[in-house]
Amino acid sequence: MKSIKKVALAAALVLSLAGVAEARDQIRIVGSSTVYPFSSAVAEEFGATNKQFKSPVVESTGSGGGHKLFYAGVGPDTPDITNSSRRMKVEELETNAKNGVTDITEAKIGFDGIVIAQNIGNGDMNLTLKDLALAVLEEVPVDGKLAPNPYKTWKQLNPSLPDRKIVIYGPPATSGTRDAFIEMVVEKFTGKDETFKAVLGKDAAQYKKIRQDGPYVPAGENDNLIVQKLTKDTEAVGIFGYSFLAENKDRIKGCTVEGNPPTFDNISSAKYPISRALYFYVKDAHIGKIPGLKEYVDLFMSEKMIGDAGYLKTIGLIPLPAAEREKVRKDVTGFKKLTAEDLK
Amino acid sequence: MASLFGIDEKKLLRKRRAAETRFRLCAIAALVLAGAFLVFFLFDITMKGYPAFQQAELLVSVNYTTEAHDNPYAAMDPDTVQIVSRSFTRLIPSMMAENSRLIGTTKEMWVLASADTDQYLKGNANRLKPRHQALVDTMRQEGKARLAFNWGFFEAGDSKLPELAGIRAAAIGSLYVLLITLAISFPVGVMCAVYLEEFAPDNRLTQIIEVNINNLAAIPSILYGLLGLAIFINFMGVPRSSALVGGLTLSLMTLPAIIISTRAAIRSIPPSIREAALALGATPLQVVWHHVLPLSLPGVLTGTIIGLARAMGETAPLLIVGMMAYIPEAPENFNSAATVLPAQIFTWASDSQRAFSERTAAGIMVLLVLLLGMNATAIWLRNKYERKW
Repeated sequence: MKSIKKVALAAALVLSLAGVAEARDQIRIVGSSTVYPFSSAVAEEFGATNKQFKSPVVESTGSGGGHKLFYAGVGPDTPDITNSSRRMKVEELETNAKNGVTDITEAKIGFDGIVIAQNIGNGDMNLTLKDLALAVLEEVPVDGKLAPNPYKTWKQLNPSLPDRKIVIYGPPATSGTRDAFIEMVVEKFTGKDETFKAVLGKDAAQYKKIRQDGPYVPAGENDNLIVQKLTKDTEAVGIFGYSFLAENKDRIKGCTVEGNPPTFDNISSAKYPISRALYFYVKDAHIGKIPGLKEYVDLFMSEKMIGDAGYLKTIGLIPLPAAEREKVRKDVTGFKKLTAEDLK
Repeated sequence: MASLFGIDEKKLLRKRRAAETRFRLCAIAALVLAGAFLVFFLFDITMKGYPAFQQAELLVSVNYTTEAHDNPYAAMDPDTVQIVSRSFTRLIPSMMAENSRLIGTTKEMWVLASADTDQYLKGNANRLKPRHQALVDTMRQEGKARLAFNWGFFEAGDSKLPELAGIRAAAIGSLYVLLITLAISFPVGVMCAVYLEEFAPDNRLTQIIEVNINNLAAIPSILYGLLGLAIFINFMGVPRSSALVGGLTLSLMTLPAIIISTRAAIRSIPPSIREAALALGATPLQVVWHHVLPLSLPGVLTGTIIGLARAMGETAPLLIVGMMAYIPEAPENFNSAATVLPAQIFTWASDSQRAFSERTAAGIMVLLVLLLGMNATAIWLRNKYERKW
């Protein structure tokens, strides 16, 4: 029974260790799952090429979750950087300030396209934002009133589209990709469409409920699963980030949106309409306290990472135009303070 | 011959036998179905995963010129650089800085190939340009490209470069987490069970506790993650993502399982043993320490190992306490950031790069082998020390 005593002793020891929060020698990064692959790629490069620093820890918590952890305060038990697949909200900046996080630097790192893709064996599909919105909305105006979405096939909503059942595998409600899709497709449509305005008036742009009667299938956070479904299911289309299309070009293909195929060039020139900027935010108070933080940010903003021939491009990031990149780099490496004005 | 009471016994008998055959067939069908799922799963994982145990390497000549010190891509000819892993190229400057005698020399050596080259050599989909595919083909004919056993998979930690990614850091992280889980849930669980079985009065309060323990064993594991976040991270200040917080959280989850199995083991000891010891003048403490615990130990250990095996395969609560993260280095102590095997598998499974899919399957194979080992140990312990009364 000596062993039991030993184990009990070890347990007591471990418990006494708990609660000792030590100063950190490792950068902590949280936030968006879309920025995660790029952020961790830079973290790896940073750890591998700088022997004096430890590799940063990059956690994928989602954009919203990341901001929440970030604005908790200043100190070694809060993250140094949060990644975000959308811009910080003014309310989030205010919460930051309230909790003592007064100095934040915003870094825009590039673009990510959201693609609508299907099985490679299918005929081409040329969608418009209107088609997409009508395919996913819960209710649409019929005879001056909102009625449950009647469209079951693509042909029903646009005669030029194939006579295929509408099956869309898309991100679930918790996903930042879904927020972005709703913002850039659904809200853009309902806010401008005359029939919607006639029914809802000023609130038209606020209408963004996604249908739950079957055609839109929330497929979980793992985009590889959607890709695999598309390789088997020739009827369906899927919604996910551009990098998954680039990696699987042998078995799936993208649908054009408003006449533009989701290619690298179209996304970077903003011709392809469904693309968004990616960001990370740095807690300036941690610079100099957390070893390597400044060097990590410098490496991230360097041409060999986010440039036109940079490493992140090979894993799916779409770089900013050269002039903007230059300006952003100057602001970020100088740790320019983010103000509420910038976010408006 | 007319039958008794006008019943056709033969017909009745046939009917009963038919019912029995039907039941048996259903049972066999259920078994076959379950077996088929298992075989399909194992076959699928093995087919996908086994290529990951081989890794492409290339024999290339590296020129350690002064130019390469600033731009490592100049160290090889421009086409070769495209098929060699970045994990090698990026280290050229620091290798030259450490060893100045390298400067000005040219060396021919086997280096890791890029993930796309690896996938091309294995006949999978890849993004190599036709020019580079041709180069790999020539190198293969010249014997300058080979598939070697992938030691790196067991020696390296996580990486965004599929060819470099390994499971070592996650495996060590799992070990640390399990040590903490064991160190806490085993003594606490056994003591709870001993008290409840041997000392506690049978009243309303202990009945409530008993119901609650059984209930806790069944709640979704993610709730333990939320509990761990609230108590250990926010209240006690344990570092996020550390092996310590992961182990503490999982020990909460494992506790009910250990308490329940220990109680069952203690209950199966015949009262005559206790009575004999008491009759000879042993104190209740001596009865527990000298007789009850040693006799119930096989059952306790079996329960503990099965509880730990469940903890080892758990991801949901660890996601909440921040262990699902890019952590390439193995933890140095209980306070440093760590990730665990299932979390590593999850991260790879959601990566967009195709080469990660075989690594995901290989990771699953390693996890399955470890779990099988733990469960086999539990069975072995039970068979070896089990006593019939």
